[in-house]
Amino acid sequence: MDKYINTPITEQVTKELKAGDYVYISGTVYVARDAAHKRMIEALQRGEALPIDIKNSTIYYMGPSPAREGRPIGSAGPTTSSRMDKYAPTLLDLGEKAMIGKGKRTKEVIDAIVRNHAVYFAAVGGAGALLSKCITKSEIVCYEDLGAEAIRKIEVENFPAIVVVDCEGNNLYETAIKEFASL
Amino acid sequence: MRTVNTEILIQNIKEMCIEANHYLSKDMDEVMKKAVVTEKSELGKKILNQLQENLKIADEDMIPICQDTGMAVIFLEIGQDVHLEGMAVGDAINEGVRRGYTEGFLRKSVVGDPLIRENTKDNTPAVIHYDIVPGDKIKITVAPKGFGSENMSRIFMLKPADGAEGVKEAILTAVKDAGPNACPPMVVGVGIGGTFEKCAILAKKALTRPAGEHSEIPYVREMETEMLEKINRLGIGPGGLGGTTTALAVNINTYPTHIAGLPVAVNICCHVNRHVVREI
Repeated sequence: MDKYINTPITEQVTKELKAGDYVYISGTVYVARDAAHKRMIEALQRGEALPIDIKNSTIYYMGPSPAREGRPIGSAGPTTSSRMDKYAPTLLDLGEKAMIGKGKRTKEVIDAIVRNHAVYFAAVGGAGALLSKCITKSEIVCYEDLGAEAIRKIEVENFPAIVVVDCEGNNLYETAIKEFASL
Repeated sequence: MRTVNTEILIQNIKEMCIEANHYLSKDMDEVMKKAVVTEKSELGKKILNQLQENLKIADEDMIPICQDTGMAVIFLEIGQDVHLEGMAVGDAINEGVRRGYTEGFLRKSVVGDPLIRENTKDNTPAVIHYDIVPGDKIKITVAPKGFGSENMSRIFMLKPADGAEGVKEAILTAVKDAGPNACPPMVVGVGIGGTFEKCAILAKKALTRPAGEHSEIPYVREMETEMLEKINRLGIGPGGLGGTTTALAVNINTYPTHIAGLPVAVNICCHVNRHVVREI
């Protein structure tokens, strides 16, 4: 089912989303990959505040290619989420509500999704040029020295994604494959 | 003897890095278009259509097809009647990569040390494979490799008794484990035989063979066809979201091996299987 949703994605929104829903996301989204996640978790361990407003946040796992002149961003497709699995439960427990990436998640992450009524979306891997067209603004928030891995704040408009793990823990990667498997 | 100044490599490799990251080669374009027609899942079809749209935008607006513009893998086949002069050939190749990635707005994804992990900021060094071949030409293949799929690649040191069935099982295991992480539909490059490192290079080289072009060895050709059909019955589908298009091609290369071994490497590539070839 196609749905149009806006950030911040709250519990009221996630409880309406089911694994397999096709969504178009609009609003503010943070961008971070593993190097940035590692630094955020290290900051927490030192007792410091996170550099982003984590409550009801959506984090897109992505590291863009450089923007050409006059464009907000370069190619901007999802990276493999499993590299963030070590860090995601902590952020979910602190209020992160949605993750956008691609690929499987661990049981620990899925448990944290259910516990916090969050959601995991997949964007289409390898569609970085198409997805960049849905990004209207991009600014670096912190960790600029990480280059493509710096934390960014972006504005998205009708960004296409698919609900893979919903707030009840239903996992599209498991159910959809069974439907088409014939070996 | 033909004398070639290595300077010529710089400009060519620069252009090839940019070309590979913005336009898919004709063989990949054809299998991608065919998949839109044959895919049985509605969501799968929608994703394959998005990928078509993505290729169109990449081409028209000069935005890399994928943000992971890869680590530059270069195969250089140098004719033995060529005499190279000028800067060291490796330095010339890396200079070409440096210029391509910097001037072409490509992502710099290389860290200078695997554990210290500081970005080299110009995507060098490249991974270079040299071959000395007959003739007086130089054949350059530039194949930037993304790591979503590279991370899902595997090497299996099978026993001779495992035979063809063991090889097929290894290929299926690698593809199943890769699942949605490798950005399917994928291209599966397989190396069978040689030694530990040789089979990995065979698999990588297999990815640069045009999709749809089969091995000349009859049994290998049959295995390619059989494995493509089996992989597409796993159900993984486009984006790993279910469907009948999990792989676009299976390319297998073989090499003689030791009486005691049967090495198999499965190098997985996403649908952005980039390979550009030039002969100079």
